[in-house]
Amino acid sequence: MAEGRVVGIDLGTTNSLVAYMQGEAPVVIPGVDGSNLVPSVVALDPVPAGGGRPTVTVGNTARRALIETPERVIYSVKRLMGRGLEEIQDELKLFPFRLADDVETGEVPRIQLGEMKFTPPEISAYVLRQLKRNAERFFGAPVTQAVITVPAYFNDAQRQATKDAGRMAGLEVLRLVNEPTAAALAYGLDRAKEGTIAVYDLGGGTFDISILNLREGIFEVQSTNGDTHLGGDDIDNLLLAIALDEIHAEHGVDLRRHPGAVQAVRKAVIEAKIRLSTELEAHFDIELPNGDRYQREIPRAVFEILIEPVLERTVGPCKQALADAGVTPEQIDEVVLVGGSTRIPAVRQLVDDLFHLAARGKKPHIELNPDEVVALGAAVQADILAGASKTTEEMLLLDVTPLSLGIEALGGTVARIIQRNSTIPASATEHFTTGVDGQTNVAIHVVQGERELAADCRSLARFDLKGIPPMSAGLPRIEVKFLIDADGILHVTAREQRSGLAAQIEVKATYGLTDEQVESMILDSFDHAETDFAKRLLIEARNEAETILAAVERAPASPAWAQLTGDERKRIFAARDSLIVAKQGDDSAAIREATLVLDQATRHFAELMMEAAVSTAIRGKTMDAADEELGEAVTAPHAMAAAEFK
Amino acid sequence: MFQVLDSAVPIACWSCSIGHNDSTLFCPHCSKIQPPPGGDYYSVFGLKPSLNLDLFALEHEFHRLSRKLHPDRFARAQENEKQWSLADTALLNDAYRTLKDPIRRTEYLLKLEGAEIGEQHSGKDRKDASRVPADLLEEVFDLNLQLEEMRMARSLGETDPKLEASLTEAKKKFDGLLEAVDSDLRDAWSAWDAGDAAVRGIVQKTMVALLDWRRYLSNLARDVNSVLGA
Repeated sequence: MAEGRVVGIDLGTTNSLVAYMQGEAPVVIPGVDGSNLVPSVVALDPVPAGGGRPTVTVGNTARRALIETPERVIYSVKRLMGRGLEEIQDELKLFPFRLADDVETGEVPRIQLGEMKFTPPEISAYVLRQLKRNAERFFGAPVTQAVITVPAYFNDAQRQATKDAGRMAGLEVLRLVNEPTAAALAYGLDRAKEGTIAVYDLGGGTFDISILNLREGIFEVQSTNGDTHLGGDDIDNLLLAIALDEIHAEHGVDLRRHPGAVQAVRKAVIEAKIRLSTELEAHFDIELPNGDRYQREIPRAVFEILIEPVLERTVGPCKQALADAGVTPEQIDEVVLVGGSTRIPAVRQLVDDLFHLAARGKKPHIELNPDEVVALGAAVQADILAGASKTTEEMLLLDVTPLSLGIEALGGTVARIIQRNSTIPASATEHFTTGVDGQTNVAIHVVQGERELAADCRSLARFDLKGIPPMSAGLPRIEVKFLIDADGILHVTAREQRSGLAAQIEVKATYGLTDEQVESMILDSFDHAETDFAKRLLIEARNEAETILAAVERAPASPAWAQLTGDERKRIFAARDSLIVAKQGDDSAAIREATLVLDQATRHFAELMMEAAVSTAIRGKTMDAADEELGEAVTAPHAMAAAEFK
Repeated sequence: MFQVLDSAVPIACWSCSIGHNDSTLFCPHCSKIQPPPGGDYYSVFGLKPSLNLDLFALEHEFHRLSRKLHPDRFARAQENEKQWSLADTALLNDAYRTLKDPIRRTEYLLKLEGAEIGEQHSGKDRKDASRVPADLLEEVFDLNLQLEEMRMARSLGETDPKLEASLTEAKKKFDGLLEAVDSDLRDAWSAWDAGDAAVRGIVQKTMVALLDWRRYLSNLARDVNSVLGA
């Protein structure tokens, strides 16, 4: 049985999408409402009257609840993925995230949503499950494997959290792909381009810049840089803060205490921002709780001055990426714009200046919808992974790790073991020893980042090499291998070489969920959609089995039966018997397999019946009568021929 | 996030059971992917250790092997093939990253030859400055003073065009010295590639010294650049 489709998912800060490869081109799969974008918003419906678990809604319906029941809605949760309590303090000031009050340092933060608490990966899992369902509805078949995109500058913990979310949603994440690289794949598909490409990706919450070389279908990333907390959200928050301050000053109303009203103002500033991409002026007109109106005209020129500091933050990463790739702006052949925020004219101007585009008679690529291009690219990568597709068989993506990996050395400095922008998978082997006679364990602290001191880098994990045989100080030789896989996630293995003993390593991730925690958060536990789907598959498989069994039951009565050899009959009976057994179980795949075997065993019989029918017709029966016999003969043993599963 | 991997090298191909040596990425008989081979980075590309490399051919071979080995090609393969694809590709990438860069390549070859380079011997019997010619040592002393002054001025928001000009001059000088040392290194490569064991032994010592000198110079150049570029 062919494996199911692999879909490509863009799990965005603001919106999420699912796409797949339709023949030679990737297309976005729309939701029930016909919209391609699923807002990354999750809401908890009111508790049902009879008690029990409240329903979780995702997307546009959830977004509508934002103004009425803001305390039961969460958005932009991607900003919290893979981050520890102390890292998210800044976000908490800007977003209405309500931390559960019993969260402790070192734990994965949990968000209070109504009367329930969720970790960021669980919230993302709801969004992913919605996309999974949209795809299943579209295909009429289960979808269990996906490629999910992440910002290129996501660190190890953020990547792991995304993978965890996929697992909770019932998706096997075949690969995490960097968003700018995915965009390059989408653009690279229909043009046999060779050369150096820069992808500038300013989305809702993250900024990435990647420089790639494209040659003979190989997309080789040279360098990447970015800021995982920079995007359209920052522009919204800036405008929101200004509006709230003005409302407070001019009308004496402090809206910050009214979450619903804050969301209404937020909606208004976002609409104004979007209008200013096409018009030279936008205005607000918001009714305040005291009946006053807050009205403002914003000319584009003023807007551009306000947002300049936000946009300026993208310049440093771009220059660093160019330097790391060892190229000048003039050596960039193509620039691709990704992310909704690149619709802002000031952003396009900035990109033009950075890469000297207009001066060279070039324009950035905006042909593909900047909201969809990442999902389209994810679908291309999904097609590459699924294999067996002519369109993508020559394509291969070679990505890099965005951050250097290091170990804390004496004095708190960092010893780099894998440099940033190394092609992944990448590995490094380090040797450790003991400092004291008889010492049986060594502690290792792994960090990610570019700073000189471990304290300034992101702590990835602390682990203990235990079970080292007691020896004189400096004698044990413990080999530790660090491997960054194709998803950008770190794996560590260790062995003591002198004794030949594999040291028992205890690894404690600084942040992140344990395997058991992820397991317990799998959404299926209170969601029956998947089991219903399996049930339906089982019923269909049993129906097909019954049809072919009935045909085989009638077979001995046919004159063609006499023409079969004893062996052939024996094989048919054996296949029939195993199908009868399989049909009693509830493994739909096994039933299909047994049906297929019986179908093959009866193929010769079917041909004989067909021949008999045809010769009867030739001998002079009326065509109508022949048709009848032929019809029955053909359909009987091949009941399943039409059954097709994509 | 972490997982303990264990890969033992089989004597025979895991798939077709026909024996082969352990320095190959694919079984010569059934073409199936094999666990990471022993051997050095050069052997991944089928090369003998040398310092002058055809980078174009190296890239071509890197791409050819990537197409065959990359985990993307094994997304739906069985678990052992997946693990080997990951380990083999990591080896390929590590090898390519090391060999394509002339300095990393030189350091790697010296290590293969058993030479101690960089930090490995810096703490023992020598200091970086001990190999610096006396006249330059004086200049470096002055330079460090100037750098300090410049940082001071910068932190106070002042500019000092005279100091800046002097630093720019110094930068030019160090860039020139770096170019000279790179040229000496290239000569050493050719000598090593063409030489016999005795010649190689001598050239290796020269290269170790050149690399130390180069590291010293590029650290100085980096300091000057960071102050000038700030």
